[in-house]
Amino acid sequence: MTKEQRLQKRYSAEKRFKWYGIISICMALLFVALLVTKVLSEGTSAFVKSTIEIKLNFDQTALNLPEKPTTEDLNAIDFYSFAIDQILKTYPTSNRDEEKELIKLFTTDFEFEVKDFFLANTNLLNQTVSFKITASSDLDQLHKGNYAKNISEDRRKISNYQLKIYDHFIQNNKITKVFNVYFFTNGDSRNPEIAGIGGAMLGSFFSILVCLIISFPIALLAAVYLEEFAPKNKFTDFIEININNLAAVPSIVFGLLGLGILLNVFELPRSTSLVGGITLALMTLPRIIIPCRASLKAVPPSIREAALAVGASKVQSVIHHVVPLAMPGTLSGTIIGLAQALGETAPLLLIGMVAFVVQVPANPLDPSASLPIQVYLWSESAERGFVEKTSATIMILLGFLIIMNSIAVYARQKFEKKWI
Amino acid sequence: MNLLILVFIFVFSFSCFFFGKSQIKKIAAVNNFKTKALPHFYGFYLSLWCALPAILIVFLWTVFEPFIVKYLIISGLEQSSLADIDHDRLNLVYQKIKALYFGTYSGAASEQIQLGAKQYGSFLAMAQNAKIVLVFTAVIGFTLVAYKKITNNTHAREGVESIFKVVLILCSVVAVLTTAGIIFSLLIESIKFFSQINFFDFLFGLDWSPQKAFVRDTSIVLTASEKQELSNAFGAVPLFAGTGFIALIAMSVAVPIGLFSAIYLAEYAGSNLRKFGKPVIEVLAGIPTVVYGFFAALTVGPFIKSIGDTLGLDVSSESALAAGLVMGVMIIPFVSSLSDDVINAVPQSLREGSYALGATKSETIKQVVLPAALPGIIGSILLAVSRAIGETMIVVMAAGLAANLTINPLDSTTTITTQIVMILVGDQEFTSAKTQAAFALGLTLFVVTLILNFIALSVVNKYREKYD
Repeated sequence: MTKEQRLQKRYSAEKRFKWYGIISICMALLFVALLVTKVLSEGTSAFVKSTIEIKLNFDQTALNLPEKPTTEDLNAIDFYSFAIDQILKTYPTSNRDEEKELIKLFTTDFEFEVKDFFLANTNLLNQTVSFKITASSDLDQLHKGNYAKNISEDRRKISNYQLKIYDHFIQNNKITKVFNVYFFTNGDSRNPEIAGIGGAMLGSFFSILVCLIISFPIALLAAVYLEEFAPKNKFTDFIEININNLAAVPSIVFGLLGLGILLNVFELPRSTSLVGGITLALMTLPRIIIPCRASLKAVPPSIREAALAVGASKVQSVIHHVVPLAMPGTLSGTIIGLAQALGETAPLLLIGMVAFVVQVPANPLDPSASLPIQVYLWSESAERGFVEKTSATIMILLGFLIIMNSIAVYARQKFEKKWI
Repeated sequence: MNLLILVFIFVFSFSCFFFGKSQIKKIAAVNNFKTKALPHFYGFYLSLWCALPAILIVFLWTVFEPFIVKYLIISGLEQSSLADIDHDRLNLVYQKIKALYFGTYSGAASEQIQLGAKQYGSFLAMAQNAKIVLVFTAVIGFTLVAYKKITNNTHAREGVESIFKVVLILCSVVAVLTTAGIIFSLLIESIKFFSQINFFDFLFGLDWSPQKAFVRDTSIVLTASEKQELSNAFGAVPLFAGTGFIALIAMSVAVPIGLFSAIYLAEYAGSNLRKFGKPVIEVLAGIPTVVYGFFAALTVGPFIKSIGDTLGLDVSSESALAAGLVMGVMIIPFVSSLSDDVINAVPQSLREGSYALGATKSETIKQVVLPAALPGIIGSILLAVSRAIGETMIVVMAAGLAANLTINPLDSTTTITTQIVMILVGDQEFTSAKTQAAFALGLTLFVVTLILNFIALSVVNKYREKYD
């Protein structure tokens, strides 16, 4: 091999090596892009729902109301049979089976939609209005184009007869897509068309609130102690090693801690965001202490010395000067820690926050789910209507995480002083 | 009730602050002396002494009250006709008494339970009264003592600061208590588990089928052969193998990609690409694992299966490959971020020496930088391995449940974390060996990750000292 050939070989090795790096980075980026497109392409359709427009004739006799109805009379109306009567008028059916198939195109909650609408507008008595009723999940999926129409009937969720009704509705412009409010206000449900993440969002909010209230003060004070006051001895070393190791303990172990201690020994209520919050706080604590210590350490000693020189005590110099100067760093560390806690699933599974909760929780002592748990629950369910909901929930979850992390980055860049 | 007491304490201690502050000014003015600290320190002194002991009492009381009441009720039951029944049954009776008292009991309650519920109610009322009295005495007593000290012109600032330091120490001990709590909760159940199942059968057994142990009355004494059969149902080797196997697949994705991206970002990339590339790779670490799990189960898994089907391979829809690949992507930033730091910490003089001898950039990296950074890189890889072993959601959603002992990546395997979740989600029977097995698995997981982390952290720290 000549000198030139050897040199050529070395240069091409150099090029190859550089390309390995580029390819690696591209693969990582590609995966991020793939994930985001997958979630976006599947999830966006969950923010709208299909509705079917029907004529509601609030006839006094059909509603079985007396001449001057009182509030009690209004509440006692049998909206179920009334709504079914109105639904059956939308398409001519010839027997009971066909009636059933027609009704199945509407949400199972049609009775309550009609009831809420009428009780909010009682002046509509004896009038005919058109009203948009939420369509069933199957019709919704069909309308959004997620169901194949040209396969044999027994492999479809929608029968041939229902397809005929659907075509009839389409021709008369009865089906419209509207913004899906249920998705943000409702709790979980077995029926995809009325299932929402309202309960899960509140559950997440409560647990993160509990987590913040517990972990931030303790973490800040612990960091202040370790950074400013702790004498250099075996005990301090022990605490430090402990915190560093605790930060790397798998999250599921904290779930076992919550189950073994909080639920079984202290008998706190299962499935609640209070227990979830405490468990997450124990998990987040070391992850907040570490950035808090780093930002305390970044405050130069001259600040402390100046305070001491004008007669402040050690505690005063720390509380009045060091901690406020370190605040941007500690806050952004806390927000990043909380963002991790928000996305955490495994420990919450073990303390029972995985229960099927229809009710939207009102306080941290109510059983509830959380956003990541909702993703887990819906991704296990086979119905097509939940697939888009899972992706939409992921979008909301990622949205919250992006907001929290941007606030953290912004707070750090905007308020943190650079010491040179 | 606790809330009411706490509100009272806070209001009282808040007013104590202003009282102490104004009082010391008055006293100093009347007696014409200079106070030893600023007036508001006297306020703090008074309000802290008023609030802290009382809050401590409320906290300890709330924590320990249920245990004491339970002890009292159960010892009452033991003295009555139920003296001969065992501990578990007594516990059950106690739960029934509680349920009756809180109105969640269904069905007709026996006379004994009704009596117990009445007793339970009276204990609770008694405890509440005692708590209120105790809190009041504490608040008044400590406030009086502190007030006495104030009027003597004590060193209030030093008093307040020493309380502050005690609070600081207590906060930093919370982390130690958490570790103690983890070890305690894992050990208690694990010890119960290992009293039923031989330790070595668990560690070296080849068959994992915990459902065999699910329905079993603990009061029945097992024969030797039944015991052996039970022991054989908890052989954890398939779980260890599955966990290791999926972690291995993950690492074979994460190590090359993570390491090469770190090298590229640290050595080749311009400052603009570095500024942009590093955060984007770290985004991968910020995505919740449940999202990866969703992606693995609904996209990567079916994709691999369809490729396998066209190639005529028998692929499980919950293949170890899908879970491992996605987990590998998740772990990339853990490898790349720390390796990047480590590579940057290698002194520039080493590189320049190498260039001076005529080496190309890649030769310098391969023969100088990487060997110098090796301990740190190994540390980062060990940390990533411990992540992979402890990762839960991806494997719960994308890996299988059956404990197969296999080395075929297209087959389904299960992991330690999957089994813990499967056992503990849903109804639990806390005396069953199956439930306790989850805690034994958790203990194994905790010990293994602890060892890995410990080694990794000490390697990285030692490396840092070398070049600092």
